Amino acid sequence: MSQDLHLQTLTQLAAGLENGTFSSVDITKALLDRIDLHNGRLNAFITVTAEQALADAQRADDARASGNAGVLNGLPIVHKDIFCTRDVLTTCGSRMLENFVSPYDATVVKRMAEAGAVMLGKSNMDEFAMGSSNETSYFGPVMNPWNLECSPGGSSGGSAAAVAARLAPAATGTDTGGSIRQPAALTGTVGLKPTYGRVSRYGMIAFASSLDQAGVITRSTADAAMLLGVMAGFDERDSTSINQPVPDYVAGLDKSLKGLRVGIVRQHFDEGLDDNCGVAVKDALALLEAQGAILTEVDLPNLELSVPTYYVVAPAECSSNLSRFDGVRFGHRADDAEDLFDLYCRSRGEGFGAEVKRRIMTGTYVLSAGYYDAYYLKAQQVRQLIADDFRKAFAGVDVIAGPTTPTPAFKLGDKTDDPITMYLNDIYTIGANLAGLPGISVPCGMVDDMPVGLHLVGAHFGEETLLNCAHQYEQRTDWNEACPEDFR
Amino acid sequence: MSGQWEVVIGLEIHAQLATKSKIFSAASTAYGAEPNTQACLVDLGYPGVLPVLNEEVVRMAAKFGLAVNATVAPRSVFARKNYFYPDLPKGYQISQYELPIVEHGELFITDADGNEKRIGITRAHLEEDAGKSIHEGLDRYSGIDLNRAGTPLLEIVSEPDLSSAREAVAYMRKIHSIVRYLGISDGNMQEGSFRCDANVSVRPLGQEELGTRSEIKNLNSFRYVEKAINFEVERQIELIEDGGEVRQETRLYDSDKDETRSMRSKEEANDYRYFPDPDLLPVEIDATYIEAVRATLPELPDAKRRRFIDDYGLRFDDAGILTASLALSDYFEAVASATDAKAQIAANWVIGDLSAALNKDGLDIEQSNIAAADLAGLLDRIQDSTISGKIAKEVFEAMWAGEGNADDVIEARGLKQITDSSAIEDVVDRIIAANPGQVADYKAGKDKLIGFFVGQVMKETGGKANPGQVNAILKDKLS
Repeated sequence: MSQDLHLQTLTQLAAGLENGTFSSVDITKALLDRIDLHNGRLNAFITVTAEQALADAQRADDARASGNAGVLNGLPIVHKDIFCTRDVLTTCGSRMLENFVSPYDATVVKRMAEAGAVMLGKSNMDEFAMGSSNETSYFGPVMNPWNLECSPGGSSGGSAAAVAARLAPAATGTDTGGSIRQPAALTGTVGLKPTYGRVSRYGMIAFASSLDQAGVITRSTADAAMLLGVMAGFDERDSTSINQPVPDYVAGLDKSLKGLRVGIVRQHFDEGLDDNCGVAVKDALALLEAQGAILTEVDLPNLELSVPTYYVVAPAECSSNLSRFDGVRFGHRADDAEDLFDLYCRSRGEGFGAEVKRRIMTGTYVLSAGYYDAYYLKAQQVRQLIADDFRKAFAGVDVIAGPTTPTPAFKLGDKTDDPITMYLNDIYTIGANLAGLPGISVPCGMVDDMPVGLHLVGAHFGEETLLNCAHQYEQRTDWNEACPEDFR
Repeated sequence: MSGQWEVVIGLEIHAQLATKSKIFSAASTAYGAEPNTQACLVDLGYPGVLPVLNEEVVRMAAKFGLAVNATVAPRSVFARKNYFYPDLPKGYQISQYELPIVEHGELFITDADGNEKRIGITRAHLEEDAGKSIHEGLDRYSGIDLNRAGTPLLEIVSEPDLSSAREAVAYMRKIHSIVRYLGISDGNMQEGSFRCDANVSVRPLGQEELGTRSEIKNLNSFRYVEKAINFEVERQIELIEDGGEVRQETRLYDSDKDETRSMRSKEEANDYRYFPDPDLLPVEIDATYIEAVRATLPELPDAKRRRFIDDYGLRFDDAGILTASLALSDYFEAVASATDAKAQIAANWVIGDLSAALNKDGLDIEQSNIAAADLAGLLDRIQDSTISGKIAKEVFEAMWAGEGNADDVIEARGLKQITDSSAIEDVVDRIIAANPGQVADYKAGKDKLIGFFVGQVMKETGGKANPGQVNAILKDKLS
């Protein structure tokens, strides 16, 4: 029985728990064993909370026995190490927080726990979520389960690798420029980034506050829908969370795609996109069309400006958000500081890695007197234009479809010396963050034995349509069931 | 110097808003707690926490805006002011920069010539206070107390319309009075709830272009504002007259030495890299909200002063003194409405003897030893001639010392005025008989001697004889 628990999706596990086929303790033990066995090769976890997980699983089983099972009762989850978890190490992939134990739970963590979810551990990530390959983590890179020499993408690389390798059926992630969707695409998993404001950011260590959004990485869209239903909703602790009712996302998954208007952005298929990836994505589009969807071309004239815009806005916000890490109250503190200035310089100099420093410096520069108008203000104006482009496009279509990434997973070390090429990896995903729109990546093929993702973007608060489209596509394919050979 | 130089001053006043909890967190704002006991994770700037605006501060700022005839912005935006300091937990202060909540206000002060002078209020914006660094008693370390971090402040920026230290103080007192009337700040300067920075420059009289200014930081008493500005004005004039140049810089006032000292020059100033705070939504206020706030505005100092002049017939200056403080004006009104004496008499007593007694004992009007009703009782005894004004001073002292109300004191000390004519006549007869020389001089035309006779009679009666009657009887008997 226990041999195949790791292969089951969250939805399947929920049914098994409900039927009494197995217990949460069974699932938790099985997965902790797998983590023990495989994490060494993947480095997907920074912390494994085995003891707490078993206790929580037992509590969940007891709750079920007494008829108090929440939506996620007894179901395992991994949290990206950017989410604050009470009494558990929360490192954000940084030396700065190497020993930081959070005194409180993030809202996402709290809501999942209240629904009965069992946390298995905290996943590895790019330092402060700044990176697209998981190589900027202070705790070392994560390996892609499909090819251990490849990157799983980033910044939620640990979450994606853990789910792809069947160490957990689901993991949380955060997406500032593609940090959920890109690793999902590169590991053959489903990655959902909700609308900005749909999920509370409270307790999620900030990178770029106006772009950050919590989401999930799963093996099916239905699982993502189930988790979103728990995570989503207004939080009085986050002023940017939006007070709008949360629909039953799972119940909305069985609609036909007949008449669904799917927008295609021509530029997405221009140069830069790997030919074979292009073929896989086009096949996926054809399948949507075969299901009754209507494909139409949409124009997003300012989209080509999204990467430079992003790399002004995000560093600007990060340069300010990361100022609190000063060695005074928490986090890394340099030894034997001579004076205050020395304490600041060395604590931050030692605590932050190269990519974080690069972005802090970029951000400080673009906000400086004399440069603010030319960079930050201009970028905000362009951001508005991009958001307007999307708004106009969504007047005529229900979702916009295209590739998630230009290529399949790249080799670890390939792009570390060339930040610009690395930044271009997010070229298709960044627009949704700038416009605050929901996006999802679902597996849509294999290129050179590596997974490729189909990227769908929805209108503002259009998660239901988006999830339904992804789910209906999934029903006609089995890409999301593909499992890397070493991790069956 | 005043003939050749014109002084230009603008003030930035920081008024702490009287909310129960902080501007972006639920922690208490109460003063005086043990260090770091009133700072929650938000105030400490912990990873992942977010600010949530205390809506009470918006209402308070709007109230202030309406009170100074300003525009209350339909949309204002919080911005981050970035700089590193140990008592600034997030590495930035949340403030308002390009779009403040209040703009284009005004108020009126009385200038040196007794004329009304308009002072423009450029803006007032909401921001959070920082914590406090403690350097004493911690060996070679510095301590940080974050109880104050996140306390709501309204920073009120004036136009450079003030022309002297005296005017600056008058303006600051007026703002102080307004925020107290509105109940949006306790204005407690000792606790730092009301303090200001002064921008000071001088220019040759008649010159259009402004001189280079210096900014004197953190003045926390009216007296220091006056002294610091006066020192700074003289320093700048002397500097220029000696052929030097004023540097744009931040200065600190040292009250022990009564001088200002350079803190940092313009070149050393921080680049604060202001940008809109992405964690907070813009504050949006509609006309309905503004009208609802307007409906809660109390009578303000200027209006009350006019009413005191019109309804009570008070002198302009007295009405100004009484209405500068809400508590004092309330006290006066309580006395005036309870006594049969004229309101101006009540005003004289409140401004004179009562204020002097309060000052002497270092008390606020709320702590007065004599309740308004009891002061009214004292004035009634003057009004009904039970005691003279002079005896009343003695009664007041006794009341202040806790000997009871006016009637108790008059009774216990036997101070009731003698109004029985025959009793006064007896005394007068004795005085005339005892002073034949003075009587002769008076009758020969030395009218001024009447004072001598009155004095003698009063002395004889222990001051209790009715002075009017004494005068009349004396004149009658000496004629």
